[in-house]
Amino acid sequence: MTGWDALDRFLDVDPEDVGCEKAMALLHIYVELVRSDPEAATERYAGVEAHLRACGPCGEDFEGLLFAVSAEQRQRVV
Amino acid sequence: MRCATPAPDRQTSTDEKLDRESVEWLRSLAGAGAPKEAAVARLHELLLKVARAEVNRRRFRLRLAGPELDDLAHQAAADSLMAITGKLDDFRGESRFTTWAYRFVILEVSMKIGRHFWRHPTVALGAEDWERLPDRFGLDPAGKAEWQDLIAALRRAVDDVLSDHQRRIFVAIVIAGVPVESLALELASNRNAIYKTMFDARRKIRAELAAKGYLDTPTATGRHG
Repeated sequence: MTGWDALDRFLDVDPEDVGCEKAMALLHIYVELVRSDPEAATERYAGVEAHLRACGPCGEDFEGLLFAVSAEQRQRVV
Repeated sequence: MRCATPAPDRQTSTDEKLDRESVEWLRSLAGAGAPKEAAVARLHELLLKVARAEVNRRRFRLRLAGPELDDLAHQAAADSLMAITGKLDDFRGESRFTTWAYRFVILEVSMKIGRHFWRHPTVALGAEDWERLPDRFGLDPAGKAEWQDLIAALRRAVDDVLSDHQRRIFVAIVIAGVPVESLALELASNRNAIYKTMFDARRKIRAELAAKGYLDTPTATGRHG
């Protein structure tokens, strides 16, 4: 990606974007669905996905929760 | 205790869709005596483990090390434990109980990292070093001839179309590089309000740059408008 693309993407806004409050309220549900059925997560929570793509802090929290849940599941398997 | 005496129909409904482990968590935490104390201790142990992993995952972006990182993890675990035990009624069984609980501690870590920024700020709120902008977007200095007009147009758009509040938020985040969570704390605001302001600012800037022929047509009006 060029810097120009980065600027273009930064200024782009997605009408589906649900905002931080709703995305964080649904985060635990979304994370489990991403793990079990990524396609369903995309279909049912397009607005959450749009937000997590655009919002750095919320995206970071998503990664953190996904990491925590994945780590827990790995430990259950071992 | 909130979950000790829930409405019967709600308890039944929640239990029916819960996995066995989540049901046990709810019953133990809503109970009393030694079983409750044991459940609280176990939950704190799990939250601390998640908090430590999270601060460790983010440590490269923090100017924290060793004891400070662990202290932050301990604070996040303690505060999230208090929030969780006080909000058991809010758990609706839409995920495993632990996934719901881990969300609290992840968000606590985020907030505490944001607060830490102002203890050792790397920038001053309101600082306007526009020379840093190309670097923020990874613009190659070798291609300056191509992008310098766009950057100049962007700066004009920020000055011309944004409100004072939008401009202040835009400059703090994009130019000065203040983390959103830290900015929200400093302005006694919240992440959602800051994001909404930035969302509107981005849309206005894009529309202006598109009108001037620098970028493609702006996207449709978003929900934040």
